[in-house]
Amino acid sequence: MKYILMMSAKKADFDWYANWSKHDLQANFAFMRGFSKELKDSGTFVSAEGLAFPDQAKIVRAGSSGEPITDAVFPEAKEFLAGYWIVDVESPEQAYRIAARASAAPGPGGTPGNIPIEVRQVMSGPPEELL
Amino acid sequence: MDVSIEHLLRELTPQVLGTVVRRFQDFAAAEDAVQEASLAAAMQWPREGLPENPRAWLTQVAFRRMADHIRSESARQRRESEVALEAARTSESTAFETAPQEDDTLVLVFMCCHPALTPASAIALTLRAVGGLSTAEIAHAFLVPEATMAQRISRAKQSIKNSGIPFQLPTSEERAQRLRAVLHVLYLIFNEGYTSSTGPDLRRADLSHEAMRLTRIVHHLQPNDTEVAGLLALMLLTDARRLARTGAEGELIPLAQQDRALWDRQQIAEGVALLSATLPKGSVGPYQLQAAIAAVHDEAARAEDTDWPQILALYELLKRMSDNPMVMLNHAIATAMVHGPSKGLELLRALDSDARLAGHHRLDAVRAHLLEMAGDHEVAITHYRIAAGRTTSLPERNYLMTQAARLSEGPTSAARTAPPTGQ
Repeated sequence: MKYILMMSAKKADFDWYANWSKHDLQANFAFMRGFSKELKDSGTFVSAEGLAFPDQAKIVRAGSSGEPITDAVFPEAKEFLAGYWIVDVESPEQAYRIAARASAAPGPGGTPGNIPIEVRQVMSGPPEELL
Repeated sequence: MDVSIEHLLRELTPQVLGTVVRRFQDFAAAEDAVQEASLAAAMQWPREGLPENPRAWLTQVAFRRMADHIRSESARQRRESEVALEAARTSESTAFETAPQEDDTLVLVFMCCHPALTPASAIALTLRAVGGLSTAEIAHAFLVPEATMAQRISRAKQSIKNSGIPFQLPTSEERAQRLRAVLHVLYLIFNEGYTSSTGPDLRRADLSHEAMRLTRIVHHLQPNDTEVAGLLALMLLTDARRLARTGAEGELIPLAQQDRALWDRQQIAEGVALLSATLPKGSVGPYQLQAAIAAVHDEAARAEDTDWPQILALYELLKRMSDNPMVMLNHAIATAMVHGPSKGLELLRALDSDARLAGHHRLDAVRAHLLEMAGDHEVAITHYRIAAGRTTSLPERNYLMTQAARLSEGPTSAARTAPPTGQ
């Protein structure tokens, strides 16, 4: 079963993150590389992407003739997706354990960030006929 | 690659692998060596023609790879066992016997489906070592990157190595239990293909065919095991309905509404014949019972001709044998079809306290359907929607939401057919 692990944060959190010390940033990058390798080595990795900072994010709606109407204004309280992992695991508990690892990514001073990770199951094909 | 060469290679893979593992007693390395030999064959044979004895050719190439492997290992470690070195030397100098030992394939199957492995590992390893599929093909079938699948297979091989499982048939005391584990893995492979036979990736359906091919091999090796035959019959009888169970847009079509002209009659006949030959042998197990239930459905010309009393009787037997809550749900459906929805709903109430079904969408889906049968549309709608919120299958969610929408949009006659969740 596949799960998506989504890390989201407010605009202010992205700005805060961009101002971490070099040492803290490098510790964070190293953790993420190691985490990615762990997923690959354990045979659970499906895909992962990090997204650009929300500064350039646009909200797009279709106009009257279907043309894109872009809107750059967003409320401060909104959560933006920072990145995600998709993993193929044997149980929801295994997905939760992986999410907890990601959540523990080090913040300033090496303290675990405890960032909330939203875990959702990826939909699959039709159900099996029953045993 | 030439299809006939591909088939030949896949048929020979477990036989050659068995010979190599028996000789060198190193499953992980032997598996790599045989994969390399298969690749070499896939390159050379179409160009140069089939060798006179393809199995001997493959075995020889794999033996040479093993010899190379052992030499490089011992060069690195300087303490390789004499046995392995001796095997490496003689494999090159002597015309070794390639007499296929049929048991080798069976030993391989037991090894790949060893209970020490997680189901996902056992599935991947079985498809590669016994099925002869490449890592890329298996990765594609499970929609994961090739590197992930390669890692999964290599970890599975490592587990086998670490656990020290010898390359031999399980003892007679263990045998029955180990065979059940094998059948479970084959069943999971079948379902993986069967439950994803729609959508953009039709290749996944190949997993069902692969599971049937592998089950046939095991059936051939264990012709007197009635549950092996039962599983093969179940696969044939279930897969026969494949084309009818989804519509053009991939939407789920419940059994009762399927176009039975699309069912594969030949496959049904084969499944029924196999089952009829097996049942009189005694020792009726869960796979045979499920096959028997599938056969009753398959033999009804129209949904309304279904022999529900017989299905109910079969579920009664199955219920005594298996503690699976899904069997209880299907039993409740069969009860509703024979004795009316209120009897079925009564059985569902007893299942409410089963922790294994707590929050499971199927309990709500079945309840919704039985409530609809009973004419209680308001509550049925609620349960269809609860079930839709809980399922992780996209076609099933679409189906359940459509059911709720249909009921809330107008008075229609209550459904008199069985829900799609039960056989």
